[in-house]
Amino acid sequence: MIKVENLNIKYGGIAAVRDVSFQVEEGKIIALIGNNGAGKTSTLKTISGLVIPSKGRIFFEGNEITGMKPHEIVKKGIVHIPEGRHIFPNLTVKENLIMSSSSRNVTKNKFYEEMNNALQSFKVLKERENQLAGTLSGGEQQMLAIVRGMLQAPKLLMLDEPSMGLAPLVVEEVFRIIKDINNNGTTILVVEQNAQVALSAADYGYVMEVGEIILHDDAKSLLANPQVKKIYLGENDD
Amino acid sequence: MIVQQLVNGLTIGSIYAMVALGYTLAYGILGLINFAHGDVYMVGAFVAYFCITVLDLNVIVSFIISLVISGILGALIEFTAFRSIRTGSRSSQLISAIGVSIILQNAVMLTMGSDTKPFPKVMNTSVYEFTNITISSTQILIMIVALIFMIMLYFLIYKTRVGISMRSTAQDAAMSSLMGINVNKVISITFSIGAVFGAAAGILVGIYYNSIVFNMGSSMGLKAFVAAVLGGIGNIPGTMLGGIVLGLAESLGATLISAKYKDAFSFIILIFVLLFKPTGLFGKKEIEKV
Repeated sequence: MIKVENLNIKYGGIAAVRDVSFQVEEGKIIALIGNNGAGKTSTLKTISGLVIPSKGRIFFEGNEITGMKPHEIVKKGIVHIPEGRHIFPNLTVKENLIMSSSSRNVTKNKFYEEMNNALQSFKVLKERENQLAGTLSGGEQQMLAIVRGMLQAPKLLMLDEPSMGLAPLVVEEVFRIIKDINNNGTTILVVEQNAQVALSAADYGYVMEVGEIILHDDAKSLLANPQVKKIYLGENDD
Repeated sequence: MIVQQLVNGLTIGSIYAMVALGYTLAYGILGLINFAHGDVYMVGAFVAYFCITVLDLNVIVSFIISLVISGILGALIEFTAFRSIRTGSRSSQLISAIGVSIILQNAVMLTMGSDTKPFPKVMNTSVYEFTNITISSTQILIMIVALIFMIMLYFLIYKTRVGISMRSTAQDAAMSSLMGINVNKVISITFSIGAVFGAAAGILVGIYYNSIVFNMGSSMGLKAFVAAVLGGIGNIPGTMLGGIVLGLAESLGATLISAKYKDAFSFIILIFVLLFKPTGLFGKKEIEKV
């Protein structure tokens, strides 16, 4: 579905990502794990068009999207929920959701119907629909960010650190929702520092370290991999 | 006497509010102070003047042509003077704005002349007298036009999709682009709207004072900037009120203290606002939640 070839990203001459290649197959959940500064976020930002790569190419459904503008890429069906959620704090919950129609090609009525259905399944958001989004709790904001992303009708949903700053129970809830979304046919690319939770949900995983992919395998095998265990899961193999 | 000054203050305050909205819109969306905005107000007045006197067009048609041309000018200013330095330093943006201001003033001076032009009489001014106040039809016109424009702006910003996009871009431009918003387009639209407000105010002032001159934008630009800061720059309802309050303060100050210091009042107010409430009367503190 998406293919990244020899991606290189530089910030002011300093390489953040070097020769990264990977692909995401349709219908799967792919996890990209690694520590802070490994280049995971930069990779996602490049796919969604926020960052221009210094080298390398990105293909989506066979067509090259490298160098396209973010608002054009999202219309192709790649939705990016960035780190820190980035809900619009001074818009109401409902207005945040209405923003999703910008990348869609549906009638207003159809969109509102979808939005109301989504609000029905997320009662917390329904209750607060006319409240400013900035007044929501962290978990609620993450729900809002996900629902807003879903209303953009993604073919590929990219989530950056969905677990960040959330209580363990809420993290579980968020990943349950991510799995639900995947079961309904959306391909997922999730970036996480929390390797345990991400790999448990994923089909396949890539491990990044200082700008390079150092390891990739089935998510189950990665969870059992001694190197991964040691570095990311905080377990000692002896 | 004081009631009379309230009427005068409301009139000029409505003008300040309209021009100030241009500052607030540009500041809200890009965080920059567009010091060329006062000159867009001047260009608006001159375009209408040209349409009425040279092209011999009807007033309403001239008004509309002027708004359209100014709207395009606003977007053009953003495109040429600000887009490439959007992430640049505050001082380069300021210099760029002053450059545009000089260009506009000189362009109008060279083409239209440096003398004060008599703005054509577009309506019969009748004066209505009540017990102790008089109000002219031009004053009523200014207040009604300003009110209609502000209601339209409020509706546009808070009730339409374009308005939501403008607010979202002001809050988080990168995220707005991820939502599918063409951020550059939204910024162009915002500058156009600001310019239209400035131009409309310029024409109203031409009608009110019957005279226009190529550098009329300088003092109006500064006062409207004060009005925006007073109300809370970036805050639309606050800016509207800031304009009205400034107009009232100026008129009352001129009567109660001395008319000689009429222009000084705005800047005294600016100094006090910056000293004691830099976010303006209605500006709110940034709420940040991680």
